[in-house]
Amino acid sequence: MRNNTLALKDRKSYRLTVLLIFLLALLLAFLIGNAMGTIRIPFNRIVEVMFHPDATVESRTIWNIRLPRVILGGLVGINLALSGAILQGIMGNPLADPGIIGISSGAGLFGIFILVVLPQFQNMVPLFAFLGAMIAAGIIYLLAWNGGILPMRVVLAGVAVSALFQAGISGTLVFYADRVHGALTFMNGSLSARSWGEVQTILPYTIFGLLLSFLLREKMNIMLLGDDVARGVGLHVERTRFVCTALAALLAASAVSVVGLLGFVGLIVPHSIRLLLGNDYKVLIPGSALCGASLVMFSDTFARTIFSPAEIPVGIVMAVLGVPFFLYLLRR
Amino acid sequence: MHESILEVRNLCAGYKDHPVIEDVSLSFEKGKVYSIIGPNGCGKTTLMRTVSRNHKPSSGQVLLHGKNIFQMNTKQVARHIAMLSQHNATLEDITVRTLVNYGRYAYRDWWKGQTAEDQDTVRWALDRTGMSDYADRKITALSGGERQRAWIAMSIAQKPEILLLDEPTTYLDISHQLEIMELISKLNREEKITIIMVLHDINHAARYSDEMVVMHNHHVYQQGDPWSLLRSNVLRDVFHIEADISKDQENGTPIFYARKVVQDQ
Repeated sequence: MRNNTLALKDRKSYRLTVLLIFLLALLLAFLIGNAMGTIRIPFNRIVEVMFHPDATVESRTIWNIRLPRVILGGLVGINLALSGAILQGIMGNPLADPGIIGISSGAGLFGIFILVVLPQFQNMVPLFAFLGAMIAAGIIYLLAWNGGILPMRVVLAGVAVSALFQAGISGTLVFYADRVHGALTFMNGSLSARSWGEVQTILPYTIFGLLLSFLLREKMNIMLLGDDVARGVGLHVERTRFVCTALAALLAASAVSVVGLLGFVGLIVPHSIRLLLGNDYKVLIPGSALCGASLVMFSDTFARTIFSPAEIPVGIVMAVLGVPFFLYLLRR
Repeated sequence: MHESILEVRNLCAGYKDHPVIEDVSLSFEKGKVYSIIGPNGCGKTTLMRTVSRNHKPSSGQVLLHGKNIFQMNTKQVARHIAMLSQHNATLEDITVRTLVNYGRYAYRDWWKGQTAEDQDTVRWALDRTGMSDYADRKITALSGGERQRAWIAMSIAQKPEILLLDEPTTYLDISHQLEIMELISKLNREEKITIIMVLHDINHAARYSDEMVVMHNHHVYQQGDPWSLLRSNVLRDVFHIEADISKDQENGTPIFYARKVVQDQ
Protein backbone atom coordinates (compact mmCIF):
# COMPACT_ATOMS: atom_id res chain seq x y z
CA MET A 1 0.00 0.00 0.00
CA ARG A 2 2.93 2.29 0.49
CA ASN A 3 2.95 4.73 -2.36
CA ASN A 4 4.40 7.97 -1.27
CA THR A 5 6.01 9.29 -4.42
CA LEU A 6 4.89 12.67 -5.65
CA ALA A 7 3.07 12.95 -8.94
CA LEU A 8 5.12 14.52 -11.72
CA LYS A 9 3.36 17.88 -11.56
CA ASP A 10 4.08 18.23 -7.84
CA ARG A 11 7.81 17.73 -8.13
CA LYS A 12 9.87 20.81 -7.62
CA SER A 13 12.43 19.88 -10.27
CA TYR A 14 9.73 19.38 -12.91
CA ARG A 15 8.02 22.66 -12.06
CA LEU A 16 11.28 24.58 -12.22
CA THR A 17 12.24 22.97 -15.53
CA VAL A 18 8.94 23.95 -17.14
CA LEU A 19 9.22 27.50 -15.83
CA LEU A 20 12.78 27.69 -17.14
CA ILE A 21 11.63 26.55 -20.58
CA PHE A 22 9.01 29.32 -20.57
CA LEU A 23 11.69 31.81 -19.58
CA LEU A 24 13.77 30.71 -22.57
CA ALA A 25 10.71 30.97 -24.81
CA LEU A 26 10.21 34.51 -23.55
CA LEU A 27 13.79 35.39 -24.36
CA LEU A 28 13.43 33.90 -27.83
CA ALA A 29 10.17 35.77 -28.43
CA PHE A 30 11.89 38.96 -27.34
CA LEU A 31 14.79 38.47 -29.76
CA ILE A 32 12.61 37.42 -32.69
CA GLY A 33 10.26 40.33 -32.06
CA ASN A 34 13.19 42.70 -32.35
CA ALA A 35 14.74 40.93 -35.32
CA MET A 36 11.80 40.50 -37.68
CA GLY A 37 10.26 43.16 -39.88
CA THR A 38 10.87 45.12 -43.03
CA ILE A 39 14.52 45.26 -42.12
CA ARG A 40 15.93 42.14 -40.55
CA ILE A 41 18.35 42.65 -37.73
CA PRO A 42 20.65 39.79 -36.70
CA PHE A 43 20.60 38.73 -33.04
CA ASN A 44 24.11 39.93 -32.29
CA ARG A 45 23.27 43.40 -33.62
CA ILE A 46 20.18 43.50 -31.40
CA VAL A 47 22.22 42.79 -28.31
CA GLU A 48 24.83 45.29 -29.48
CA VAL A 49 22.49 48.26 -30.01
CA MET A 50 20.51 47.32 -26.91
CA PHE A 51 23.53 48.11 -24.77
CA HIS A 52 25.13 50.72 -27.01
CA PRO A 53 22.50 52.66 -28.94
CA ASP A 54 23.89 54.46 -31.96
CA ALA A 55 22.60 56.53 -34.85
CA THR A 56 22.11 53.67 -37.30
CA VAL A 57 18.74 52.78 -38.80
CA GLU A 58 18.91 49.45 -36.99
CA SER A 59 19.38 51.08 -33.62
CA ARG A 60 16.59 53.58 -34.20
CA THR A 61 14.25 50.88 -35.47
CA ILE A 62 14.81 48.88 -32.33
CA TRP A 63 14.68 51.71 -29.82
CA ASN A 64 11.82 53.65 -31.35
CA ILE A 65 9.62 50.96 -32.82
CA ARG A 66 10.29 47.34 -32.04
CA LEU A 67 11.56 47.37 -28.46
CA PRO A 68 8.65 49.30 -26.94
CA ARG A 69 6.20 47.24 -28.93
CA VAL A 70 7.73 43.93 -27.87
CA ILE A 71 7.84 45.01 -24.24
CA LEU A 72 4.28 46.28 -24.41
CA GLY A 73 3.15 42.96 -25.90
CA GLY A 74 4.84 41.15 -23.04
CA LEU A 75 3.23 43.34 -20.38
CA VAL A 76 -0.22 43.03 -21.93
CA GLY A 77 0.25 39.27 -22.10
CA ILE A 78 1.20 39.13 -18.42
CA ASN A 79 -1.78 41.23 -17.35
CA LEU A 80 -4.37 39.34 -19.37
CA ALA A 81 -3.01 35.91 -18.43
CA LEU A 82 -2.92 36.78 -14.73
CA SER A 83 -6.39 38.27 -14.91
CA GLY A 84 -7.74 35.05 -16.43
CA ALA A 85 -5.88 32.84 -13.95
CA ILE A 86 -7.35 34.79 -11.03
CA LEU A 87 -10.91 34.95 -12.39
CA GLN A 88 -11.06 31.22 -13.16
CA GLY A 89 -10.18 30.44 -9.55
CA ILE A 90 -12.49 32.80 -7.72
CA MET A 91 -15.42 32.45 -10.10
CA GLY A 92 -15.07 28.68 -10.08
CA ASN A 93 -15.39 28.52 -13.82
CA PRO A 94 -12.76 27.37 -16.29
CA LEU A 95 -14.17 29.64 -19.01
CA ALA A 96 -13.76 32.83 -16.99
CA ASP A 97 -11.56 35.00 -19.17
CA PRO A 98 -11.77 38.79 -19.01
CA GLY A 99 -12.66 38.84 -22.71
CA ILE A 100 -15.35 36.19 -22.65
CA ILE A 101 -17.19 37.26 -19.52
CA GLY A 102 -17.33 40.93 -20.43
CA ILE A 103 -14.84 42.48 -18.03
CA SER A 104 -12.69 43.62 -20.94
CA SER A 105 -15.66 45.03 -22.82
CA GLY A 106 -16.74 46.88 -19.68
CA ALA A 107 -13.28 48.41 -19.53
CA GLY A 108 -13.37 48.99 -23.28
CA LEU A 109 -16.69 50.85 -23.23
CA PHE A 110 -15.62 53.23 -20.49
CA GLY A 111 -12.20 53.67 -22.05
CA ILE A 112 -13.46 54.42 -25.54
CA PHE A 113 -16.19 56.68 -24.21
CA ILE A 114 -13.57 58.87 -22.55
CA LEU A 115 -11.39 58.77 -25.65
CA VAL A 116 -14.02 59.94 -28.10
CA VAL A 117 -16.48 61.90 -25.98
CA LEU A 118 -14.29 63.47 -23.32
CA PRO A 119 -10.83 63.45 -24.90
CA GLN A 120 -9.61 66.13 -22.46
CA PHE A 121 -9.53 63.39 -19.78
CA GLN A 122 -7.41 61.10 -21.93
CA ASN A 123 -4.85 60.40 -19.21
CA MET A 124 -7.59 59.04 -16.99
CA VAL A 125 -8.52 56.29 -19.43
CA PRO A 126 -7.02 53.46 -17.30
CA LEU A 127 -8.97 54.66 -14.27
CA PHE A 128 -12.28 54.75 -16.11
CA ALA A 129 -11.49 51.45 -17.81
CA PHE A 130 -11.02 49.98 -14.32
CA LEU A 131 -14.35 51.42 -13.27
CA GLY A 132 -16.01 49.82 -16.30
CA ALA A 133 -14.34 46.48 -15.57
CA MET A 134 -15.52 46.58 -11.95
CA ILE A 135 -19.07 47.42 -13.01
CA ALA A 136 -19.04 44.49 -15.43
CA ALA A 137 -17.72 42.18 -12.67
CA GLY A 138 -20.36 43.54 -10.28
CA ILE A 139 -23.18 42.79 -12.70
CA ILE A 140 -21.83 39.28 -13.28
CA TYR A 141 -21.77 38.56 -9.54
CA LEU A 142 -25.24 39.99 -9.10
CA LEU A 143 -26.62 37.77 -11.83
CA ALA A 144 -24.66 34.66 -10.90
CA TRP A 145 -25.23 34.86 -7.15
CA ASN A 146 -27.65 32.65 -5.38
CA GLY A 147 -26.41 32.06 -1.85
CA GLY A 148 -23.07 31.26 -3.44
CA ILE A 149 -21.48 31.71 -6.81
CA LEU A 150 -22.91 29.41 -9.47
CA PRO A 151 -20.21 28.62 -12.05
CA MET A 152 -22.65 27.92 -14.87
CA ARG A 153 -24.39 31.25 -14.35
CA VAL A 154 -21.06 33.10 -14.33
CA VAL A 155 -20.51 32.30 -17.97
CA LEU A 156 -24.12 32.90 -19.01
CA ALA A 157 -24.20 36.22 -17.19
CA GLY A 158 -20.74 37.05 -18.52
CA VAL A 159 -21.72 36.44 -22.12
CA ALA A 160 -24.77 38.67 -21.65
CA VAL A 161 -22.71 41.42 -20.00
CA SER A 162 -20.12 41.13 -22.75
CA ALA A 163 -22.77 41.49 -25.46
CA LEU A 164 -24.25 44.51 -23.71
CA PHE A 165 -20.97 46.38 -23.40
CA GLN A 166 -19.87 45.39 -26.92
CA ALA A 167 -23.10 46.93 -28.18
CA GLY A 168 -22.26 50.04 -26.19
CA ILE A 169 -18.82 50.19 -27.79
CA SER A 170 -20.24 49.74 -31.30
CA GLY A 171 -22.83 52.42 -30.59
CA THR A 172 -20.18 54.87 -29.41
CA LEU A 173 -18.10 54.16 -32.49
CA VAL A 174 -21.07 54.75 -34.79
CA PHE A 175 -22.17 58.01 -33.15
CA TYR A 176 -18.69 59.44 -33.03
CA ALA A 177 -17.36 57.87 -36.23
CA ASP A 178 -15.60 61.10 -37.20
CA ARG A 179 -13.54 61.20 -34.00
CA VAL A 180 -12.49 57.59 -33.89
CA HIS A 181 -9.16 56.76 -35.40
CA GLY A 182 -8.37 53.11 -35.59
CA ALA A 183 -11.65 51.97 -34.08
CA LEU A 184 -11.29 48.65 -35.79
CA THR A 185 -7.90 48.01 -34.23
CA PHE A 186 -9.40 48.82 -30.86
CA MET A 187 -12.16 46.27 -31.31
CA ASN A 188 -9.70 43.57 -32.30
CA GLY A 189 -6.84 44.47 -30.06
CA SER A 190 -3.73 45.75 -31.74
CA LEU A 191 -0.22 46.75 -30.79
CA SER A 192 0.18 48.74 -33.98
CA ALA A 193 1.91 52.12 -33.56
CA ARG A 194 2.22 51.72 -29.78
CA SER A 195 5.33 53.02 -28.14
CA TRP A 196 6.99 53.97 -24.84
CA GLY A 197 4.02 56.03 -23.68
CA GLU A 198 1.83 52.96 -23.52
CA VAL A 199 4.60 50.97 -21.85
CA GLN A 200 4.71 53.60 -19.13
CA THR A 201 0.95 53.46 -18.72
CA ILE A 202 0.75 49.73 -18.19
CA LEU A 203 4.03 48.91 -16.43
CA PRO A 204 3.00 50.00 -12.90
CA TYR A 205 -0.13 47.85 -13.10
CA THR A 206 1.86 44.83 -14.23
CA ILE A 207 4.32 45.17 -11.35
CA PHE A 208 1.55 45.78 -8.84
CA GLY A 209 -0.48 42.89 -10.26
CA LEU A 210 2.41 40.44 -10.11
CA LEU A 211 3.23 41.38 -6.53
CA LEU A 212 -0.33 41.30 -5.25
CA SER A 213 -1.24 38.05 -6.96
CA PHE A 214 1.90 36.50 -5.50
CA LEU A 215 0.80 37.61 -2.03
CA LEU A 216 -2.71 36.27 -2.63
CA ARG A 217 -1.52 32.88 -3.90
CA GLU A 218 -2.44 30.87 -0.81
CA LYS A 219 -5.82 32.56 -0.41
CA MET A 220 -6.64 31.78 -4.04
CA ASN A 221 -5.55 28.16 -3.57
CA ILE A 222 -7.88 27.85 -0.61
CA MET A 223 -10.73 29.48 -2.56
CA LEU A 224 -10.47 26.57 -5.01
CA LEU A 225 -11.81 24.30 -2.26
CA GLY A 226 -15.12 26.16 -2.24
CA ASP A 227 -16.55 28.91 -0.07
CA ASP A 228 -17.61 26.69 2.84
CA VAL A 229 -14.25 25.03 3.29
CA ALA A 230 -12.40 28.31 2.81
CA ARG A 231 -14.51 29.97 5.49
CA GLY A 232 -14.03 26.94 7.71
CA VAL A 233 -10.25 27.25 7.75
CA GLY A 234 -10.52 30.93 8.56
CA LEU A 235 -10.39 32.70 5.20
CA HIS A 236 -12.41 35.88 4.85
CA VAL A 237 -14.18 34.68 1.72
CA GLU A 238 -16.08 37.84 0.73
CA ARG A 239 -13.09 40.09 1.20
CA THR A 240 -10.81 37.72 -0.71
CA ARG A 241 -13.25 37.46 -3.60
CA PHE A 242 -13.61 41.23 -3.77
CA VAL A 243 -9.87 41.91 -3.68
CA CYS A 244 -9.15 39.24 -6.28
CA THR A 245 -11.91 40.45 -8.60
CA ALA A 246 -10.68 44.02 -8.29
CA LEU A 247 -7.15 42.90 -9.07
CA ALA A 248 -8.28 40.91 -12.12
CA ALA A 249 -10.36 43.87 -13.30
CA LEU A 250 -7.43 46.24 -12.83
CA LEU A 251 -5.10 43.98 -14.82
CA ALA A 252 -7.59 43.53 -17.64
CA ALA A 253 -8.51 47.22 -17.70
CA SER A 254 -4.91 48.39 -17.93
CA ALA A 255 -4.35 46.01 -20.84
CA VAL A 256 -7.53 47.17 -22.58
CA SER A 257 -6.61 50.84 -22.19
CA VAL A 258 -3.44 50.38 -24.20
CA VAL A 259 -4.27 47.73 -26.79
CA GLY A 260 -8.05 47.45 -26.99
CA LEU A 261 -10.01 44.25 -26.74
CA LEU A 262 -7.52 41.40 -26.93
CA GLY A 263 -9.31 38.16 -26.24
CA PHE A 264 -8.40 34.59 -25.39
CA VAL A 265 -5.02 35.25 -23.76
CA GLY A 266 -6.62 34.93 -20.35
CA LEU A 267 -8.21 31.67 -21.39
CA ILE A 268 -5.50 29.85 -23.31
CA VAL A 269 -2.55 30.69 -21.10
CA PRO A 270 -3.75 29.75 -17.59
CA HIS A 271 -5.27 26.55 -18.94
CA SER A 272 -2.10 25.48 -20.67
CA ILE A 273 -0.23 26.09 -17.44
CA ARG A 274 -2.86 24.15 -15.48
CA LEU A 275 -2.43 21.20 -17.84
CA LEU A 276 1.33 21.36 -17.53
CA LEU A 277 1.81 22.32 -13.90
CA GLY A 278 -1.48 21.83 -12.04
CA ASN A 279 -3.71 24.27 -10.19
CA ASP A 280 -1.34 25.56 -7.52
CA TYR A 281 -1.22 29.36 -7.78
CA LYS A 282 2.37 29.29 -6.58
CA VAL A 283 3.35 28.04 -10.05
CA LEU A 284 0.26 29.20 -11.93
CA ILE A 285 1.18 32.87 -11.42
CA PRO A 286 4.78 32.84 -12.70
CA GLY A 287 3.86 30.26 -15.36
CA SER A 288 0.95 32.32 -16.68
CA ALA A 289 3.00 35.50 -16.64
CA LEU A 290 5.90 33.99 -18.59
CA CYS A 291 3.68 32.12 -21.03
CA GLY A 292 1.30 35.06 -21.52
CA ALA A 293 4.16 37.42 -22.28
CA SER A 294 5.81 35.10 -24.79
CA LEU A 295 2.51 34.23 -26.48
CA VAL A 296 1.54 37.85 -27.15
CA MET A 297 5.10 38.70 -28.24
CA PHE A 298 5.20 35.81 -30.72
CA SER A 299 1.68 36.47 -31.98
CA ASP A 300 2.33 40.16 -32.52
CA THR A 301 5.54 39.50 -34.41
CA PHE A 302 3.60 37.06 -36.55
CA ALA A 303 0.74 39.54 -37.01
CA ARG A 304 2.97 42.30 -38.32
CA THR A 305 5.25 40.20 -40.52
CA ILE A 306 3.07 37.52 -42.12
CA PHE A 307 1.38 39.84 -44.65
CA SER A 308 4.15 42.42 -44.60
CA PRO A 309 4.00 45.29 -45.35
CA ALA A 310 0.33 45.05 -44.36
CA GLU A 311 -0.29 44.40 -40.66
CA ILE A 312 -3.15 42.50 -39.07
CA PRO A 313 -4.30 43.16 -35.51
CA VAL A 314 -2.77 40.73 -33.04
CA GLY A 315 -6.29 40.08 -31.72
CA ILE A 316 -7.08 38.24 -34.93
CA VAL A 317 -4.07 35.99 -34.46
CA MET A 318 -5.14 35.35 -30.88
CA ALA A 319 -8.66 34.49 -32.01
CA VAL A 320 -7.31 32.05 -34.59
CA LEU A 321 -5.28 30.39 -31.84
CA GLY A 322 -7.96 30.77 -29.20
CA VAL A 323 -11.08 29.42 -30.80
CA PRO A 324 -9.78 25.89 -31.37
CA PHE A 325 -8.49 25.89 -27.81
CA PHE A 326 -11.86 27.04 -26.55
CA LEU A 327 -13.55 24.21 -28.41
CA TYR A 328 -11.03 21.76 -27.02
CA LEU A 329 -11.89 22.88 -23.47
CA LEU A 330 -15.59 22.48 -24.14
CA ARG A 331 -15.08 18.99 -25.48
CA ARG A 332 -12.92 17.83 -22.59
CA MET B 1 -17.01 20.07 34.79
CA HIS B 2 -20.13 21.21 32.97
CA GLU B 3 -18.55 23.98 31.04
CA SER B 4 -20.51 25.13 28.03
CA ILE B 5 -18.20 26.07 25.16
CA LEU B 6 -20.73 26.62 22.41
CA GLU B 7 -24.17 28.01 22.79
CA VAL B 8 -26.89 28.50 20.21
CA ARG B 9 -29.37 31.08 21.42
CA ASN B 10 -32.81 31.64 19.87
CA LEU B 11 -31.37 31.01 16.43
CA CYS B 12 -33.51 31.57 13.34
CA ALA B 13 -32.23 31.08 9.82
CA GLY B 14 -33.62 30.41 6.40
CA TYR B 15 -33.76 31.39 2.76
CA LYS B 16 -35.63 34.57 1.91
CA ASP B 17 -39.15 34.23 3.38
CA HIS B 18 -38.78 30.55 3.96
CA PRO B 19 -37.54 29.77 7.49
CA VAL B 20 -35.55 26.58 7.93
CA ILE B 21 -34.72 26.75 11.62
CA GLU B 22 -36.80 28.67 14.11
CA ASP B 23 -35.89 29.67 17.63
CA VAL B 24 -33.33 26.93 18.18
CA SER B 25 -31.48 27.06 21.49
CA LEU B 26 -28.82 24.53 22.38
CA SER B 27 -25.90 24.36 24.73
CA PHE B 28 -22.85 22.20 24.10
CA GLU B 29 -20.52 21.10 26.85
CA LYS B 30 -16.81 20.69 26.47
CA GLY B 31 -15.51 17.22 25.62
CA LYS B 32 -18.81 15.59 24.77
CA VAL B 33 -20.12 13.98 21.59
CA TYR B 34 -23.41 15.33 20.25
CA SER B 35 -25.47 13.93 17.42
CA ILE B 36 -28.23 15.78 15.70
CA ILE B 37 -30.83 13.60 14.02
CA GLY B 38 -34.09 14.30 12.32
CA PRO B 39 -36.04 13.61 9.16
CA ASN B 40 -35.01 15.16 5.86
CA GLY B 41 -35.67 18.87 5.63
CA CYS B 42 -35.88 19.41 9.39
CA GLY B 43 -33.11 21.99 9.33
CA LYS B 44 -30.11 19.94 10.53
CA THR B 45 -27.79 21.01 7.75
CA THR B 46 -28.85 24.66 7.96
CA LEU B 47 -28.16 24.58 11.69
CA MET B 48 -24.67 23.22 11.02
CA ARG B 49 -24.07 25.72 8.26
CA THR B 50 -25.13 28.57 10.51
CA VAL B 51 -22.99 27.42 13.43
CA SER B 52 -20.03 27.18 11.02
CA ARG B 53 -20.73 30.73 9.73
CA ASN B 54 -21.59 29.52 6.24
CA HIS B 55 -25.12 30.79 6.60
CA LYS B 56 -26.16 34.09 8.11
CA PRO B 57 -28.84 33.78 10.80
CA SER B 58 -31.88 36.04 10.51
CA SER B 59 -31.88 36.41 14.27
CA GLY B 60 -30.33 34.84 17.34
CA GLN B 61 -26.77 34.18 18.28
CA VAL B 62 -24.07 31.54 18.21
CA LEU B 63 -21.77 32.04 21.18
CA LEU B 64 -18.29 30.57 21.43
CA HIS B 65 -17.10 30.90 25.03
CA GLY B 66 -19.76 33.57 25.37
CA LYS B 67 -18.67 35.54 22.30
CA ASN B 68 -20.79 35.94 19.18
CA ILE B 69 -18.96 34.13 16.35
CA PHE B 70 -20.40 36.48 13.73
CA GLN B 71 -18.63 39.36 15.40
CA MET B 72 -15.34 37.56 15.89
CA ASN B 73 -12.32 37.63 13.62
CA THR B 74 -12.78 34.77 11.16
CA LYS B 75 -9.30 33.35 11.82
CA GLN B 76 -9.97 33.36 15.57
CA VAL B 77 -13.13 31.33 15.05
CA ALA B 78 -11.27 28.88 12.80
CA ARG B 79 -8.82 28.18 15.62
CA HIS B 80 -11.70 26.94 17.77
CA ILE B 81 -14.23 25.47 15.36
CA ALA B 82 -13.53 23.23 12.38
CA MET B 83 -16.22 22.06 10.01
CA LEU B 84 -16.41 19.09 7.70
CA SER B 85 -19.13 19.74 5.13
CA GLN B 86 -21.27 17.13 3.51
CA HIS B 87 -20.23 17.97 -0.01
CA ASN B 88 -16.67 18.83 -0.65
CA ALA B 89 -15.17 20.54 -3.65
CA THR B 90 -14.69 18.49 -6.78
CA LEU B 91 -11.53 20.30 -7.67
CA GLU B 92 -9.13 18.18 -5.67
CA ASP B 93 -6.09 18.12 -7.84
CA ILE B 94 -3.94 18.45 -4.73
CA THR B 95 -2.04 16.12 -2.47
CA VAL B 96 -3.29 15.10 0.98
CA ARG B 97 -0.42 17.00 2.59
CA THR B 98 -1.33 20.20 0.74
CA LEU B 99 -4.94 19.86 1.86
CA VAL B 100 -3.98 19.29 5.49
CA ASN B 101 -1.66 22.27 5.24
CA TYR B 102 -4.61 24.53 4.41
CA GLY B 103 -5.94 23.63 7.85
CA ARG B 104 -3.09 25.71 9.24
CA TYR B 105 -4.22 28.85 7.43
CA ALA B 106 -5.72 30.43 10.54
CA TYR B 107 -2.37 30.26 12.29
CA ARG B 108 -0.33 31.73 9.48
CA ASP B 109 0.70 35.33 8.98
CA TRP B 110 0.49 36.38 5.36
CA TRP B 111 4.13 37.34 5.07
CA LYS B 112 5.38 34.11 6.59
CA GLY B 113 5.56 30.62 5.21
CA GLN B 114 5.16 27.37 7.04
CA THR B 115 6.56 27.29 10.55
CA ALA B 116 8.01 24.28 12.37
CA GLU B 117 4.84 24.20 14.45
CA ASP B 118 2.73 24.00 11.29
CA GLN B 119 4.81 21.08 10.06
CA ASP B 120 4.54 19.26 13.36
CA THR B 121 0.79 19.76 13.50
CA VAL B 122 0.34 18.56 9.92
CA ARG B 123 2.39 15.46 10.72
CA TRP B 124 0.32 14.89 13.85
CA ALA B 125 -2.96 15.30 11.96
CA LEU B 126 -1.86 12.86 9.26
CA ASP B 127 -0.77 10.39 11.91
CA ARG B 128 -3.96 10.64 13.98
CA THR B 129 -6.11 9.92 10.94
CA GLY B 130 -3.85 7.17 9.63
CA MET B 131 -3.06 9.15 6.51
CA SER B 132 0.73 9.42 6.86
CA ASP B 133 1.34 6.86 4.13
CA TYR B 134 -0.98 8.71 1.77
CA ALA B 135 0.43 12.18 2.35
CA ASP B 136 1.81 12.65 -1.15
CA ARG B 137 -1.12 11.10 -2.98
CA LYS B 138 -3.68 13.15 -4.86
CA ILE B 139 -7.06 13.42 -3.16
CA THR B 140 -8.65 12.27 -6.42
CA ALA B 141 -6.67 9.02 -6.26
CA LEU B 142 -8.14 8.06 -2.87
CA SER B 143 -11.12 5.88 -2.01
CA GLY B 144 -14.16 7.44 -0.36
CA GLY B 145 -13.11 6.47 3.15
CA GLU B 146 -9.54 7.67 2.68
CA ARG B 147 -10.78 10.90 1.22
CA GLN B 148 -12.98 11.53 4.24
CA ARG B 149 -10.03 10.84 6.53
CA ALA B 150 -7.97 13.35 4.57
CA TRP B 151 -10.65 16.01 5.12
CA ILE B 152 -10.82 15.13 8.81
CA ALA B 153 -7.03 15.48 8.96
CA MET B 154 -7.38 18.98 7.50
CA SER B 155 -10.04 19.83 10.10
CA ILE B 156 -7.99 18.69 13.06
CA ALA B 157 -4.90 20.50 11.74
CA GLN B 158 -6.89 23.58 12.76
CA LYS B 159 -6.43 22.30 16.32
CA PRO B 160 -10.10 22.93 17.02
CA GLU B 161 -11.88 22.55 20.33
CA ILE B 162 -15.04 21.77 18.43
CA LEU B 163 -15.38 19.64 15.33
CA LEU B 164 -18.59 19.97 13.35
CA LEU B 165 -19.42 17.17 10.93
CA ASP B 166 -22.37 17.10 8.56
CA GLU B 167 -23.20 13.50 7.77
CA PRO B 168 -19.59 12.33 7.74
CA THR B 169 -20.46 8.79 6.67
CA THR B 170 -22.83 9.41 3.77
CA TYR B 171 -21.77 7.77 0.51
CA LEU B 172 -19.42 5.39 2.34
CA ASP B 173 -19.76 1.62 2.51
CA ILE B 174 -20.44 -0.01 5.86
CA SER B 175 -16.86 -0.78 6.87
CA HIS B 176 -15.69 2.73 6.05
CA GLN B 177 -18.67 4.16 7.91
CA LEU B 178 -17.59 2.31 11.03
CA GLU B 179 -13.98 3.31 10.49
CA ILE B 180 -14.90 6.99 10.32
CA MET B 181 -17.16 6.74 13.40
CA GLU B 182 -14.35 5.05 15.33
CA LEU B 183 -11.93 7.75 14.22
CA ILE B 184 -14.28 10.51 15.38
CA SER B 185 -14.78 8.75 18.68
CA LYS B 186 -11.03 8.38 19.11
CA LEU B 187 -10.47 12.08 18.42
CA ASN B 188 -13.01 12.86 21.12
CA ARG B 189 -11.48 10.52 23.70
CA GLU B 190 -7.80 11.09 23.05
CA GLU B 191 -7.67 14.65 21.80
CA LYS B 192 -10.62 15.93 23.87
CA ILE B 193 -12.25 17.48 20.82
CA THR B 194 -15.93 18.26 21.32
CA ILE B 195 -17.89 16.63 18.52
CA ILE B 196 -21.14 17.95 17.07
CA MET B 197 -22.37 15.95 14.14
CA VAL B 198 -25.41 15.45 12.00
CA LEU B 199 -26.04 11.75 11.47
CA HIS B 200 -28.49 9.87 9.36
CA ASP B 201 -27.97 6.55 11.05
CA ILE B 202 -29.78 6.57 14.41
CA ASN B 203 -27.82 3.53 15.60
CA HIS B 204 -24.54 5.29 14.97
CA ALA B 205 -25.84 8.29 16.85
CA ALA B 206 -26.97 6.12 19.76
CA ARG B 207 -23.72 4.24 19.96
CA TYR B 208 -21.23 7.06 19.66
CA SER B 209 -22.82 10.07 21.32
CA ASP B 210 -23.24 11.29 24.86
CA GLU B 211 -26.17 13.40 23.90
CA MET B 212 -28.66 13.29 21.05
CA VAL B 213 -30.66 16.16 19.65
CA VAL B 214 -33.78 15.46 17.62
CA MET B 215 -34.90 18.14 15.22
CA HIS B 216 -38.33 18.26 13.70
CA ASN B 217 -40.13 20.91 11.65
CA HIS B 218 -37.46 23.60 12.08
CA HIS B 219 -37.34 23.15 15.89
CA VAL B 220 -35.44 21.18 18.47
CA TYR B 221 -37.97 18.52 19.33
CA GLN B 222 -36.17 16.74 22.11
CA GLN B 223 -32.73 16.36 23.60
CA GLY B 224 -31.25 13.73 25.89
CA ASP B 225 -28.91 10.79 26.32
CA PRO B 226 -29.38 7.92 23.84
CA TRP B 227 -31.30 5.62 26.21
CA SER B 228 -33.82 8.14 27.42
CA LEU B 229 -34.31 9.50 23.95
CA LEU B 230 -34.89 6.19 22.19
CA ARG B 231 -37.15 4.93 24.94
CA SER B 232 -39.44 7.92 24.61
CA ASN B 233 -42.02 8.40 21.90
CA VAL B 234 -39.74 10.53 19.79
CA LEU B 235 -39.15 7.95 17.07
CA ARG B 236 -42.85 7.43 16.68
CA ASP B 237 -43.67 11.12 16.75
CA VAL B 238 -40.88 12.42 14.55
CA PHE B 239 -39.88 9.58 12.26
CA HIS B 240 -43.28 7.83 12.23
CA ILE B 241 -41.84 4.42 12.93
CA GLU B 242 -42.42 1.74 15.49
CA ALA B 243 -39.15 0.28 16.65
CA ASP B 244 -37.68 -2.40 18.88
CA ILE B 245 -34.96 -1.23 21.22
CA SER B 246 -32.37 -3.64 22.51
CA LYS B 247 -29.07 -3.34 24.30
CA ASP B 248 -25.70 -3.63 22.62
CA GLN B 249 -23.94 -6.33 24.68
CA GLU B 250 -20.52 -4.83 24.24
CA ASN B 251 -21.09 -1.11 24.69
CA GLY B 252 -24.29 -1.04 26.67
CA THR B 253 -25.72 1.43 24.18
CA PRO B 254 -29.21 1.13 22.73
CA ILE B 255 -29.77 -0.43 19.32
CA PHE B 256 -32.94 0.13 17.49
CA TYR B 257 -34.64 -1.78 14.76
CA ALA B 258 -37.35 -0.09 12.70
CA ARG B 259 -40.30 -2.43 12.64
CA LYS B 260 -42.95 -0.60 10.70
CA VAL B 261 -44.15 2.76 9.52
CA VAL B 262 -46.88 4.38 11.57
CA GLN B 263 -49.47 6.14 9.47
CA ASP B 264 -50.39 9.64 10.49
CA GLN B 265 -53.61 9.93 12.38
